[in-house]
Amino acid sequence: MTGSGIKNFYDKHRPKFEKGGKLHAFKSVYEGFESFLYVSGATTKKGSNIRDYIDLKRTMIIVVLALVPTMLFGMYNIGFQHFKALGLIETTPFINVFLFGFLRVLPVIVVSYLVGLGIEFAFAQIKGHEINEGYLVTGLLIPLILPINTPLWMVAIAVAFSVIIAKEAFGGTGMNIWNPALVARAFLFFAYPAYMSGDEVWIRLGSQAGNVADGFSGATPLGLALTGSVDYDIWNAFWGFIPGSIGETSTFAILLGAILLIVTGIGSWKIMAATTLGALATGLIINLFAVNPFMEIPFWHHLMLGGFAFGAVFMATDPVSAAQTNKGKWIYGFLIGVTAIVIRVLNPAYPEGMMLAILLMNTFAPLIDHYIVQGNIRRRLKRAMVKA
Amino acid sequence: MAINNQYTEKKDFKLKVTYKIILAQLGEKLKYFLVKIIPLCLNFKKTFFRMSKTIRIRKGLDIKIKGKAEQVLGPDVNARFFGVKPTDFPGLIPKLSVNEGAIVKVGSPLFYHKNNPEVVFPSPASGIVTSVIRGERRKILEVGIESDGKFTSESFSSEEMNAPDRETVQKTLLKSGLWPFIIQRPFGIIARPGDVPNHIFIQGFDSSPLAPDYDFTLKDEHEAIQRGIDILTKLTDGKVHLGLRPGSILSSLKNVEINYFAGPHPAGNVGIQIHKVRPINKGDLIWTLNIQSVVFIGRLFLTGKLNFKKIIALAGSEVKEPGYVTVTGGISVSSIVEGKTLKEKNERIISGNVLTGSKVEPGSYLGFYDNLITVIPEGNEIELFGWATPGLKKHSASNTFFAQLFPKKEYTLNANYHGGERPFVVSGQYEKLLPMDILPVYLLKAIIANDIDKMEQLGIYEIIEEDLALCEYACTSKIEVQDLIRKGINSLIKELV
Repeated sequence: MTGSGIKNFYDKHRPKFEKGGKLHAFKSVYEGFESFLYVSGATTKKGSNIRDYIDLKRTMIIVVLALVPTMLFGMYNIGFQHFKALGLIETTPFINVFLFGFLRVLPVIVVSYLVGLGIEFAFAQIKGHEINEGYLVTGLLIPLILPINTPLWMVAIAVAFSVIIAKEAFGGTGMNIWNPALVARAFLFFAYPAYMSGDEVWIRLGSQAGNVADGFSGATPLGLALTGSVDYDIWNAFWGFIPGSIGETSTFAILLGAILLIVTGIGSWKIMAATTLGALATGLIINLFAVNPFMEIPFWHHLMLGGFAFGAVFMATDPVSAAQTNKGKWIYGFLIGVTAIVIRVLNPAYPEGMMLAILLMNTFAPLIDHYIVQGNIRRRLKRAMVKA
Repeated sequence: MAINNQYTEKKDFKLKVTYKIILAQLGEKLKYFLVKIIPLCLNFKKTFFRMSKTIRIRKGLDIKIKGKAEQVLGPDVNARFFGVKPTDFPGLIPKLSVNEGAIVKVGSPLFYHKNNPEVVFPSPASGIVTSVIRGERRKILEVGIESDGKFTSESFSSEEMNAPDRETVQKTLLKSGLWPFIIQRPFGIIARPGDVPNHIFIQGFDSSPLAPDYDFTLKDEHEAIQRGIDILTKLTDGKVHLGLRPGSILSSLKNVEINYFAGPHPAGNVGIQIHKVRPINKGDLIWTLNIQSVVFIGRLFLTGKLNFKKIIALAGSEVKEPGYVTVTGGISVSSIVEGKTLKEKNERIISGNVLTGSKVEPGSYLGFYDNLITVIPEGNEIELFGWATPGLKKHSASNTFFAQLFPKKEYTLNANYHGGERPFVVSGQYEKLLPMDILPVYLLKAIIANDIDKMEQLGIYEIIEEDLALCEYACTSKIEVQDLIRKGINSLIKELV
């Protein structure tokens, strides 16, 4: 079908979705798919005659592309951890390993998109605005930061909570205070802690739980570190062959995404750099005053363990919930790095801090920006005074 | 475990001592750096810039559009119809001075400013007033003149020509209708008669896409420009500034403070130049002119006659042979573009540049201040999965299309929005394109909230629409930035009156 064919088809059915039409209740769905299929022919009436080819859909699709390496590796790693636990990793073909993970991860992604987009469509309908693209990214972020053993109904509840409470309650895309994906995870973390931490949630064993190999432990490197046994290979952590949330383990895959985000200019390199600096500085200080094995983990290892890299690249850089000013981004990122490592290492209950650090700094981002804006205002006032 | 602990403690102690020493040394170095090196560098930068007087603009963007005007001057364009559009002047409430059928000379007032009746708008040609086109609520949109081809000017006395003092100059400029060429900052509206500006800034080059090169169009106007500058110096107690590209042929002008600007658009915008040279504070008044307007003023005071002849560029991807033509201000658009465009269908003719110019129909007239006609495709077609294509022909200020791998590429750009309007989502985009110490998004949000105090604090006095036109171009959320700024300025003017 040609472009105009699709447009004609769409135009023909438009009256049904207008007010009074039979299908008016699905107007938001109709419009959502229309803008998904083609970019409209609307031309400028005022202001600049030409406009950049970029739009929010393009922006979001770039982020989704950047997430693909971690998603694919995450699928493989789920299979890898499963067969490794059973002691069968040497003998299982690559494709089987990947398929095992693929089939376990896919339902989580599907549930996340179905529930999330369903709610978005409903809100667009009620409020009478266009569907916003924000959920395209959030819908993929949420599965990637969950442990593989999270039940699907929990995923659905978390997504609903996040979209309704963290986003739509504030006015929808562009208005939220906290990163919606992290709110979903925080919700599960506090509502169902047993499913979000510990040694059993990271590796899918299913009915094979009785057949694990000798010496098997399902704990993450950070989980082990908390108990005092620092025992991991940092290269395994870099490539991602460690237990952890679905998409967070491979620093390498995350770096690929980071490169795409930085080159395209979609993700803020300032925030990524500042977060890394903050973590390194804090790690170094903690190393200096280390009193237990966890504190002695070399500071640079922290970048490759747990959710740090994923958080720094994909979560902290969410433009809506992050600081908006250029200087503010440096401060915001640095404080995320500091807080994440402090919570991770010095908090005795739970060996990870990226999620809470980002949510905390999301809360403070407007305050940081406020001071940067005040600085700008003061400079202008001062300039006037000097002259007068 | 016990052995392990002992080992750690030892290692721990050693580490601590080494780190402490290193830290102490680092601290010393840092202190030295902060106290000595940084001020040294800053001072060096200052002296260096003062010496060369070239101000380097780093933020901004040159949008490379196909169809840049070749430096070839085509035959003079003679037209039957001329006109002036009150819509070219923001904030103007026009009142007619003549009726249809009236006989006018060059410089005869066609209409005047309701709030300032002294400010009159001149006929660019001599002949008969043939049409007054009105829009909603009888607002005047266009006043058309059929030319007699003679361009007979209103006459001016020798005393007016000698321009002995400020008062005579002001009176002559008002009477001749040249006054509307003077724009005041803040607000970007026509200057108020009787005011004395702190400084006057002349825009000596245009950095916008496909802009005419004044070094080419004004190469024979040196005398008129010099006379114009001399006249302008009488209007201010401060200085007359002229912004040029380094190496411009206009550098030999006297009686004027020349500042050189290097870097991408908007380096040529007079608003950016003012910000870099002498930023506007609350209570300041700056007047600005385009250098072409200075030519008109100079000609009047040299010859005693008004003459709105100028060389303009005809450019854009839809123009067969982009180049320069000699026209008279207010000329009908059709006389310039007829037979010179590729398709004559689905084209957008713009009086001015693609960022700030206005869409005109062939039956309309060249804008009062414009030295450029751009023709681009209208682009009113749908595009299947437009957001997902690799985009080898798509220009963007971001790097989200493959075309951005080829920085020297020239583009055919159309007037499509390429997406729907959204709330502010992406941050940091505007800041890269505005070379001013202004936080554009916060300023725009203050305008949306109609918070007058915040607008003032965040620098609305320093900007007009054109300064943020690039931000509007690049906006992911397709926000109508220029329209918003004018709304903000209007509510500010209302507040102050």
